[in-house]
Amino acid sequence: MRLTHTIAATAALAALALTTACGGSSGSGSVGSDGKLHPPKMTALKALGQREGAVDLIAWAGYVEDGSDDPKVDWVHPFEKQTGCKVNVKVAATSDDMVSLMKSGQYDAVSASGDASLRLIASGDAAPVNTGLVPNYKDVFDGLKLQPWNSVDGVAYGIPHGYGANLLMYRTDKVSPAPTSWGAVFQKDSPYKGRITAYDSPIYLADAALYLMKTQPALGIKNPYALDQKQFDASVDLLKQQNANIGEYWSDYLKEVSAFKSGDSVLGTTWQVIANTAQSEKTPVKAVLPTEGATGWSDTWMLYSKARHPNCAYAWMNWIVSPQVNAQVAEYFGEAPANKLACDHTSSKTFCADYHAGDSAYYKRVWFWTTPIAQCVDGRKDTTCVPYAKWVQAWTTVKG
Amino acid sequence: MAAGGGELTAPPRPGVRRAVAGALHRRPRLRLSLLLSAPLVWLVVAYLGSLAALFLSAFWTTDPFTSDLVRTWTTANFSDVLTTPVYWHVALRTVGTALGVTLIDVVVAFPIAFYTARVAHPRYRHLLMVAVLTPLWASYLAKAYAWRILLSADGPLDWALKPFGLSGPGYGLPAVVVLLAYLWLPYMILPIHVGLAQLPDGLLEASADLGARSWRTFRSVVLPLVLPSVAAGSVFTFSLSLGDYIAVQIVGGKTELIGNVVYANITLNLPLAAALGTVPVAVIVLYLLAVRRTGTPGTL
Repeated sequence: MRLTHTIAATAALAALALTTACGGSSGSGSVGSDGKLHPPKMTALKALGQREGAVDLIAWAGYVEDGSDDPKVDWVHPFEKQTGCKVNVKVAATSDDMVSLMKSGQYDAVSASGDASLRLIASGDAAPVNTGLVPNYKDVFDGLKLQPWNSVDGVAYGIPHGYGANLLMYRTDKVSPAPTSWGAVFQKDSPYKGRITAYDSPIYLADAALYLMKTQPALGIKNPYALDQKQFDASVDLLKQQNANIGEYWSDYLKEVSAFKSGDSVLGTTWQVIANTAQSEKTPVKAVLPTEGATGWSDTWMLYSKARHPNCAYAWMNWIVSPQVNAQVAEYFGEAPANKLACDHTSSKTFCADYHAGDSAYYKRVWFWTTPIAQCVDGRKDTTCVPYAKWVQAWTTVKG
Repeated sequence: MAAGGGELTAPPRPGVRRAVAGALHRRPRLRLSLLLSAPLVWLVVAYLGSLAALFLSAFWTTDPFTSDLVRTWTTANFSDVLTTPVYWHVALRTVGTALGVTLIDVVVAFPIAFYTARVAHPRYRHLLMVAVLTPLWASYLAKAYAWRILLSADGPLDWALKPFGLSGPGYGLPAVVVLLAYLWLPYMILPIHVGLAQLPDGLLEASADLGARSWRTFRSVVLPLVLPSVAAGSVFTFSLSLGDYIAVQIVGGKTELIGNVVYANITLNLPLAAALGTVPVAVIVLYLLAVRRTGTPGTL
């Protein structure tokens, strides 16, 4: 009897402690009823100071290479030597991972894609960036500056890094004929049943929506991130049908490399860097941009609002978009660089043309990851769209 | 022990020590509470406290856009968990997996434990127990990835089964059950071994004298006496399987169990993950209540 009292009292105490201890998020903004972002008021750094000697980064695989994956690929050590900032990196597998890692408060900067950047701005986790303190910013393609995914009301919240498309990868020795359409992964009676893979994140719903946009015009999808309920349900149904053919989903890029290497996966979505890594391990794979176009990313280096090493973070942002380094990253990851001068520094002279750097017409075919919100991002006013939280729930249903 | 009291730091004068000892001697309840306070604080704060925190956070929600925690009281997470069919499927699949793992472990562990406890020469019994326990020394991840390689398409298992026209299960739910059954096997062998070792020889001899053959002896003498040990082992295999989220990520293919659904939600939707996390807690409480009927707590 006395024990139960003690337990009850402790539970009540714990509850009290929790509710009071965690009351710190009152400053966060959100999406207003007008569909506009209302980030908390913050001002960017006015001037740089003494560098702190270290910087903690969250990055996509292949963005922060120190030679440990490939001895020839190293732009971290020169940075450390030049600035005295030791680089610690945490590789994130999905945008959701990046958002939650940023909330941990342990990191200074993140290479956020468009489906994470606005969430970070709205929650107050990302700080405005004074682009005047990043000398290389002036050479960034104008088409990437102050875009909806990296700015609010003309205030920059980061430095553009590069952009590219999610591709379709296949084992050249096991898949024939060579696929040219996303239909290969969405086809109902696939000969590759159980060997198909897909990206394990709710944002993958947009890939299905994109395919429906091209193959079922009656649904009227104009933008794979602006889906009303009917369009959303059709996309979810397509993914449920695809689930029967999936062997495993991937979000850890090394897991995808090993799955293609062993033949457990022979067909599915990928990034160019994964295809390159697999090829370097002698796996016969090829990655293509299907005829329907693709989803993709446009990444931005963003600064944590309470960063412990802001000066080193600024130094890193300037370093990663410097012409030489931006060229190296772009070539290693397989994306278009953000810095237009980077095109003069790529080892392949046709690289920027191959990746259509600065070619905005080409990137009309690529739908950059964006966080879906209730206000349709395609501009429709007569309906509401399904917000990302519902995408997350639906993704569980697809896989369940 | 009573004289120490746990609170005398400076060397006390004999008078004080005697007074304290006398006071403690006269108050057995005080003595007991001093003895139990440290473990009780640990139990309540660290164990029940964390469970309480989990349960409480299940009543919060998150901002749909920024994923920030919103501390408003809502039961929406629980109604989501209870009304969404997919969570039911996942929960049932998880319980089924845990039961399957437990069943396989009982079937495999019993003969092994019987050998180590009753058949093997007493001199080798300790060595055999060490052999049973050695897999526990290796890292969980190393063993799980070893199975990933084993079960891979055209991997060793497929290669070995090919001459018979068969193929391995590949990645999926069967692979998860096999891996978990393999991982938790020692936890089942150990209690059964102890139970069998404690079985008096006289009972078996009496059974034989009365004309029972081995199967009859097993059914009517051995099994009823060892059942509590089996139940004890099953608590380990069942609860460990119920909470596992790593094996399923490594060899589960696209399989979803409660563990990895919780894991998938814990970063961005802690309240929903917490609500889901209470499901295994409830299942285990029910399971323990069921096991209690076999009289196991005494042997655990």
